[in-house]
Amino acid sequence: MANIDAFGHVTGTSIYVDDIPVMQGTLFIKVFDAPVAHGVIEALDYSEAEEMEGVVKVFSYKDIPGENQIGGIIADEPLLAEKEVHFWGQPILLVVAENEIAAEEALHKIHISIKELPVITDPKEAFLKGKFLHNSRTFESGNTENAFREARYIFEGSADSGGQEHLYLETQGAYAYPMEHGSIKIHSSTQGPTQVQRTVAKVLGIGMNKVEVDVARLGGGFGGKEDQASPWAAMTALVSWVLKKPAKCVLHRMEDMRMTGKRHPYRSDYKIGLDKDFNIIAYEATFFQNGGAAADLSPAVMERTLFHATNSYQIPHVKVQAHGCKTNLPPNTAFRGFGGPQGMFVIESAIDHAAQKLKVSRESIQARNLMENGYQFPYGQIVEGCEARTCWEELNAKYPIEGIRKDILTFNENHAFLKKGMALMPVCFGISFTNTMMNHSRALVHVYSDGTVGVSTGAVEMGQGVNTKMLQIAAQEFGLDASQIKLETTNTTRVANTSPSAASATSDLNGKALLDACSQIKARLKNMLWVKNDLEAGAEVRFEGGKVWMEGMEEPAIWIDVVLDALARRINLSAKGHYATPKIHFDKIKEKGHPFAYHVYGTALTTVTVDCIRGTYELEAVHIVHDFGTSMNRLVDLGQIEGGLVQGIGWMTMEEVAYNNKGRLLSNALSTYKIPDIYSVPKEINTHFLPTDNNNMAIYKSKAVGEPPLMYGIGAFFAIAEAIRAFNPDAPLHLPYCAPMTPEKVLMALYGE
Amino acid sequence: MISFILNNQVVKTGLPSGSTLLDFVRYEKQLVGTKIGCREGDCGACNVLVGTLVGEEITYQTMTSCLTPLSNVHAKHVLTVEGINLSNRQLSPVQELMIVNNGTQCGFCTIGFVMSLTGVVLSKENPTYANVIKAIDGNICRCTGYKSIERAAKGLCETLAERPAKKPLSWLVEQGFVPDYLQNIPAKLQSLQQKLNQDSTFNDNGQKTDFFIGGGTDLMVQKPAIIRTSSTTNFLDDTQLKGIHIEGNLCRVGASTTVTEFEDSPEIQKMFPDLSKYLKLVSSTPIRNMATMGGNIINASPIGDMTIFFLALNSQVILKDALTQNSRTLPLKDLFLDYKKLDKTDTEYIESLQFEVPDNATYFNFEKVSKRTHLDIASVNSACQLKVAKDGAILQAHISAGGVAAIPKYLDKSSAFLKGKKMDDATWKTFSEVLDSEVSPISDARGSAAYKRLLLRQLVLAHFVEFKLNHWLAF
Repeated sequence: MANIDAFGHVTGTSIYVDDIPVMQGTLFIKVFDAPVAHGVIEALDYSEAEEMEGVVKVFSYKDIPGENQIGGIIADEPLLAEKEVHFWGQPILLVVAENEIAAEEALHKIHISIKELPVITDPKEAFLKGKFLHNSRTFESGNTENAFREARYIFEGSADSGGQEHLYLETQGAYAYPMEHGSIKIHSSTQGPTQVQRTVAKVLGIGMNKVEVDVARLGGGFGGKEDQASPWAAMTALVSWVLKKPAKCVLHRMEDMRMTGKRHPYRSDYKIGLDKDFNIIAYEATFFQNGGAAADLSPAVMERTLFHATNSYQIPHVKVQAHGCKTNLPPNTAFRGFGGPQGMFVIESAIDHAAQKLKVSRESIQARNLMENGYQFPYGQIVEGCEARTCWEELNAKYPIEGIRKDILTFNENHAFLKKGMALMPVCFGISFTNTMMNHSRALVHVYSDGTVGVSTGAVEMGQGVNTKMLQIAAQEFGLDASQIKLETTNTTRVANTSPSAASATSDLNGKALLDACSQIKARLKNMLWVKNDLEAGAEVRFEGGKVWMEGMEEPAIWIDVVLDALARRINLSAKGHYATPKIHFDKIKEKGHPFAYHVYGTALTTVTVDCIRGTYELEAVHIVHDFGTSMNRLVDLGQIEGGLVQGIGWMTMEEVAYNNKGRLLSNALSTYKIPDIYSVPKEINTHFLPTDNNNMAIYKSKAVGEPPLMYGIGAFFAIAEAIRAFNPDAPLHLPYCAPMTPEKVLMALYGE
Repeated sequence: MISFILNNQVVKTGLPSGSTLLDFVRYEKQLVGTKIGCREGDCGACNVLVGTLVGEEITYQTMTSCLTPLSNVHAKHVLTVEGINLSNRQLSPVQELMIVNNGTQCGFCTIGFVMSLTGVVLSKENPTYANVIKAIDGNICRCTGYKSIERAAKGLCETLAERPAKKPLSWLVEQGFVPDYLQNIPAKLQSLQQKLNQDSTFNDNGQKTDFFIGGGTDLMVQKPAIIRTSSTTNFLDDTQLKGIHIEGNLCRVGASTTVTEFEDSPEIQKMFPDLSKYLKLVSSTPIRNMATMGGNIINASPIGDMTIFFLALNSQVILKDALTQNSRTLPLKDLFLDYKKLDKTDTEYIESLQFEVPDNATYFNFEKVSKRTHLDIASVNSACQLKVAKDGAILQAHISAGGVAAIPKYLDKSSAFLKGKKMDDATWKTFSEVLDSEVSPISDARGSAAYKRLLLRQLVLAHFVEFKLNHWLAF
């Protein structure tokens, strides 16, 4: 079924934060942010701004009644800077005015003097200077030292990947207003309503029960609103709380780009060892994570880098280490893939390196080393339900790899200035929050007296279609038409203590909680029907097509009659469902455990053409075989594959987050930061559903699909690299493993001297 | 006072004429279907359709409302999504196709796509797949990866195949593409325009104009805070400044000619058979609908695409003094003195450009490379025009390049060098040294200086690959 929000979307009637009708007396907030990346505030004068017409008040950290602290995992980030600033764009003051223009004009009347301190933008430099955000970690299996001694071939190098701006089309924003009994309500564009609630309570110094956060939907999140929606919500709450008025803050695109964190850039070193048959027997990597100025979600992101450092490959001896480096960039944060892509890029680079030196194809090394059931990941989990090879074989059956390679060779021989390249990209991605305690959820279901159903869960709809899936679950469980079910907004007063909508796990966690709630109501109804109809307890009762069929009864009951009957008998037709992922655990001391409910697998084959005169490229095709389990919504899931892939391609090709050495963002607008447009996407994307029926822990066996496809985009980098080498065989010397592969890098590699 | 028809309603406003159409529809009229994505014309989330009365019909064009000052929609018809929604929860085929193909995920960009596609529906353009895709080339989506939107576009081609060429509007209404009130808009707009003509208070007469604005595609990005509180005068629709005229062997292009008008001109198409290929590299459909030739030149950006195009045509620019009404003509290449510094007084404005109509012995090519091939600003762009003798000798050359100097650069030395030469490997070697000697690119967000030097060489090489003179580099 199509996305249930689609009608509102195509008619312009879906409501986002900035679309909420503004109440009379609403105040508007503009953020005054740091004009340097690192320094000590020596003087700050906003008296002139405060006197301007329309300006109500300028807030500094001193106006915060609770704690000036928004750090999620580690308490290391103030809402408003106090004595020092640590990144360009760090919020210092809030200008509050009766309208947005007045607030904006007042920004120019603020005078600040900052004593500048040295700026670090490179994580390796931070590492050498001992600047860390959190503890370094190491995952280890086997004994790499011994294995490298036995390896026939060893290759060492480095691989760097750049940041990525989320570029959710809807910028960050929130709208808050005071409620009775000293409480406050906030409409926030957040993936983590509970995180916003917790942050606001802390900043205001009030109980979480006095903070109501409501989320209708987001105009895109991609991880950028998992933790970093909180500051703007806290600012509106602060202003609203202190001034007893509604307060609104919606960022301008350039403010959003300047003040918020992005995908973590990584610099990494690798060492790979192969035996005579090109089996990878040892792999070591050191990851230098560019965390920015505060920890944010960096510890968790870094953890996932380690979990996915070996991607889909079965390597017996592994030692991977990661350092969370503190730099003077905005705190980097969650972004679809959450550190996984950064880890996978490095091992793919290592394999590419080996393939170049050994003069064999990349895919021959990849194929030979794909993991199998029974392999133990470096973090201890044993591989079960492995589809790595199935996906690869299925892809090869549909798009014979050798044939495509031959066609490319022929093409390249016949074209002087056009060269093609190809790359395979297998993906294995673990599903669950790696922080075990976050893997739980709740759902609230009401069956109303007219038979319609209201569903609340902790899931946030941000375009990924989670609410459509939730609706499908309720409709299927009660045997009702979709029109009978309504998905409510995500609200902290209805569903509390939620985990953010992230980690690809939202449908699984909330779907299973919803299933539990539906089952409770159904159990009560069944019980009633058994008694009422003198049926044996345990007799089968089916809810289907608006009717209730009972084993032993010829005629079904009508749903609404059953509902009315139940209400007459004073049976509770509301239920709160709960789910906590079973089996998972992880010991952070030993760095071993079983952190994932299951893994998702797939393989992509990317072909590209490089224009060797202009240094530009086109993506010809991406063929994908993906393990969906038993997809409960093919339309929604296909959208996740195509959208994720293109986002990954963007990260690997044109999306270049650039800071100067003073820490100022150069790619600070849509005119300088480019994401894929309709002409730059692959001409063909063919997605094949590999139906698998393993006993996985996914909702209705429909596997999580949000993040894994992003990593198929990594193939684009290596396909372009291959085409470059076809033109300039010396290119490896000029072509470091350094993403993104912009047209600049391509041209320099084609003609590098 | 500004007055126009917004959807089915005549609206009047005393707001500054420089305030944006986007803010007006969202915050004055609470039509919140139109979204704010970037406020610089780079995402299309705020796309609306702007209709101009042409004879008895209205011609609609997609425009980014974020860069449209109210002065530029005065006496026009503006359609937002609220104005194309049908009654009783019915969906238009455009909306239906976006839904069934899952062309919408988070929904924030969707309205922009719906408006752009509805622009195709209302246009007279052949609804080929390429044309439908072109209509959404200024719409950015972060969720879908566009494939589902492409499928919706394919569906739209099929649905529109039956559209009659004459009087399509009644057919479109019958088929539920647009609401029926659109049929009354031409008459309504006519009567509004008559009223406006009779009532001088609707004009900005007597009020000082702070800004003369063409399409606003650059000025509105650079100075949004100032312009939104200013009075603006619309150059975009100034009929005196419009039009493409051929007189003898001279072609004159009015300064307010938009890129789209230039592209659609049969005369220009005849002169440049690959015109659509070049202009596909220039911004996006809504921006091309707004951006003017004069605006591109007056902005003096070192990488202005159309400026580079006209420089290689050895164009002349005609400046008119608003006070004295005197005109003067000077070579376009002499207009640019230094970074954003023009040989132009404060009261002068560009009236038109003129260039020699190319003959059969003339070769022309335009090249541009940017980080993203389309809807992006050039790292380097270049145009080249050659007159070539039958034996392949170059009789005359004009080469221009952007992104390699503080001004849009006419490459004097390189152009002079080529005169009388036949291109071959040896000539190329010397020539590329000359080329390199007269540029001074700087490193910025669009590339390093070294890259821009290399890229310029390659783009000039690309001109010759396209020309295939003496079969040099002809593969």
